Amino acid sequence: MTQQLKLKVNGRDVAVDAHGERPLLDVLREDLGLTGAKYGCGEGQCGACTVLLDGAAVRSCVTTVADAVGMSIETIEGLGEGDALHPLQQAFVDHGAAQCGYCVPGQIMSAVALLRENARPSRAEIIAAMNGNLCRCCNYPSILAAIEHAASPK
Amino acid sequence: MSRHTLTLTTPYVLEAERYELRADGLYRFDPDRRAFVQVLGASLVIAASAATASAQPNGGRRRRGDEQSRTESLDQRFHIGADGVVTVFTSKVEVGQGSRTQLTQAAAEELRLPADRIRLVMADTALCPDDGGTAGSRTTPANVPQIRRAAAAAREILLALAAQRLQVDPSQLDCREGLFADRSSGKQLTLAELAQNDALKSLLQDAASGEASLADADQWKVLGTSVPQVNARDLVTGAARFPSDVSRPGMLYGKVLRAPTYNATLQSLEIPADPALSGVTIVRDNSFVGVAAGNSWLAAAAIDALAAAAKWDNPPHPSSDELFTHLKKTASHDGDAWPRPRVDAWGDGAQALDSVPPERRLAADYTVAYIQHAPLEPRAAVAQWNDGQLTVWTGSQQPSRVHSELSAAFQLPADRVRVIVPDTGGSFGGKHTGEVAVEAARLAKAAGKPVSLRWSREEEFTWAYCRPAGLIEVRAALDDAGRIAAWDFTNYNSGESGIRLPYDAPHGRTQFLAADSPLRQGSYRALASTANNFARESAIDELAAMAAADPLAFRLAHLADGRLKDVLTAVAEKFTWTERYARRAADRGVGLACGTEKGSFVAACVEVEVQPGGAPRVTTVCQAFECGAIQNPANLRRQVEGAIIMGLGGALTEQMVFKDGRLATASFSKYAVPRMADVPQLDIVLLNRPDLPSVGAGETPIIAVAPAIANALANATGRRIRSMPLIPGGS
Repeated sequence: MTQQLKLKVNGRDVAVDAHGERPLLDVLREDLGLTGAKYGCGEGQCGACTVLLDGAAVRSCVTTVADAVGMSIETIEGLGEGDALHPLQQAFVDHGAAQCGYCVPGQIMSAVALLRENARPSRAEIIAAMNGNLCRCCNYPSILAAIEHAASPK
Repeated sequence: MSRHTLTLTTPYVLEAERYELRADGLYRFDPDRRAFVQVLGASLVIAASAATASAQPNGGRRRRGDEQSRTESLDQRFHIGADGVVTVFTSKVEVGQGSRTQLTQAAAEELRLPADRIRLVMADTALCPDDGGTAGSRTTPANVPQIRRAAAAAREILLALAAQRLQVDPSQLDCREGLFADRSSGKQLTLAELAQNDALKSLLQDAASGEASLADADQWKVLGTSVPQVNARDLVTGAARFPSDVSRPGMLYGKVLRAPTYNATLQSLEIPADPALSGVTIVRDNSFVGVAAGNSWLAAAAIDALAAAAKWDNPPHPSSDELFTHLKKTASHDGDAWPRPRVDAWGDGAQALDSVPPERRLAADYTVAYIQHAPLEPRAAVAQWNDGQLTVWTGSQQPSRVHSELSAAFQLPADRVRVIVPDTGGSFGGKHTGEVAVEAARLAKAAGKPVSLRWSREEEFTWAYCRPAGLIEVRAALDDAGRIAAWDFTNYNSGESGIRLPYDAPHGRTQFLAADSPLRQGSYRALASTANNFARESAIDELAAMAAADPLAFRLAHLADGRLKDVLTAVAEKFTWTERYARRAADRGVGLACGTEKGSFVAACVEVEVQPGGAPRVTTVCQAFECGAIQNPANLRRQVEGAIIMGLGGALTEQMVFKDGRLATASFSKYAVPRMADVPQLDIVLLNRPDLPSVGAGETPIIAVAPAIANALANATGRRIRSMPLIPGGS
């Protein structure tokens, strides 16, 4: 049954009329026009749909919109301030960490969650945290380099 | 601007294994309009068209070459803006390989502009000249020169115009960074000022790409440098709109009813009285059944309701277990059927084998499983009809082919169809066809609204065409000096690319035979080169072992001087092959392989670690690659790294497993692709040859990985694995 759901997305309160069982990913993309998070597999295996719920990286394709009510939802569109890129976004640009770029929003959101939790992760910790994010262009070396750079002392 | 007649000057010969480009369309829509379309309030029985429910070929579509080179007027190629920004139009697409940046560099180089003064409009059939599809590593050797020639001709026109305005001879002018300056007086004009000159447009209109001189590689200012990806900012902010992100006002979301098994045909479908179908547009047109609804979730629920009511005929279908027997059994020796057998023989051909004693003969059969491209963005399209005019945004490497498919499917004149390919989320040779565009257009036509259709991962795994499986029989022999005496190599089904033997052998034969493929198959990054290199380079190692020779020395002894030998020597040096091969240990092995494809050259050395009871692990891949003059070193490195890592998947784990017409590996949880933790140490050697023309680099770097790993595993364990994937179960 469609109901009005109150969501907090990128710091803003929004109301959507949606069935609570719909994937959060669909509601973000189809109802709110936030297409940064991508569909890749629908089973939480590829990470393309990664967004943050109360700061934790979740797979929005296997999270119902009802489960996101009352939580702070962060998407790639909410990262950065005005024209300034978030340091991870800038690191991805600087290291050429995109080939087709389809996985990149999910990669960045997973990395944001990691670095908020652990500002100076080891290489092994980065790989463990990022292993759920597929890049079919297999641009992993550049993605790893970008995250290591963003996590290095400035 | 409109599409215009193509002049074919360099017909591109399609490799046999581009099966998908010869295949007919998936749907034949009913021209008699007996097709059923309904927005349901109540249940209804459908009987119409049931007799023609099976998939029918889509007749009459014209065939086209992959690549066209034509006489164009420069105003169709360029728009020079009053802001001094040059817009370049091309039908090429960006799917992650870097064509947008590379073609930007090509135009910038010859227009003497910084890359940020170039903007590319790619793959819009209403706006762009048809430069062919984006495939076969052709952008670098064919389209970069094409854009450069056009840009150089435009530069000469701009120079002449500036000279006229400044009342000096053109040879007096310097042209750089968008400034046209008289060397003696210092007087100058900007590109923006010239753009406002009324004469410019007609000058460009009247001019074709001429003979203006192109900068030599050692003079390059923009080409040859690591220009960063031009749209990187949009990719990291989520602002980039991929095909599946396109949104139109009033847009609905579509879904198509798929058969439960391969080859199944729909026998009957009685629309059930299911609330999931309320308010949903349902389309049945011959074999096509689909829905359009307010969102994806509703569309999926409607399809579930229809699937529960559908009755199918499920004919038998060969399983992956019996695949290679099936391929051999159905191999076609028919010279009239397509694809034709391709046989190349030299010396006494296969007969030479019989004269060699059995202990110096090798008979080895290699197999390569079907694998999927699995681009992270599945096939997607948004279709919109306006007054009989169809516009489709879709992810495809072949906008022109998709245009033809749509035109044929809906019997529309070419000028009523427009195809736009936004930069797309991966492809790897897998998006040459327009089925999702046709499906979205059929739904949108019925719904009277734009429809977005995106295949699910399961659909992408199951119904997209895949890389051909192959059986490869190698028969070879050594002479009494330990040199190759005869070579006989037969590829069943997977294709002819890379089949040629680069090593010296006095007698031999290579042949490719087509077979009946249980799955829909077609192009994949490097085509059959991976399969043929896997078999050949494995067999060469087996022969080297028979000759008790170092695999490197054995290869070098059979190679003439040249580019292949150069990469092999370079990689061996970087990897310190001779030392590491001599220092073998029980838990470690090293292997190497080399090959050439599409004019570029690759060699790889690999180290594997084998622990008792554990899965073998690839610890290092060292690869040397040479593709002529390097146009963008950073992008080239990423292409090489990406190809190596992607190649690990096909080498080690990826395979499509199917039985009784059902695919058992239709998800990322059941089909293991490389992840970050799988990445070995990568040591890349890029050999730059500014003296040679640049060729493509997106494909060839994948072909040496699998055989090098197979050889390393054999080196470590003494056991030869002759099938790809090498360790499907992980151990």
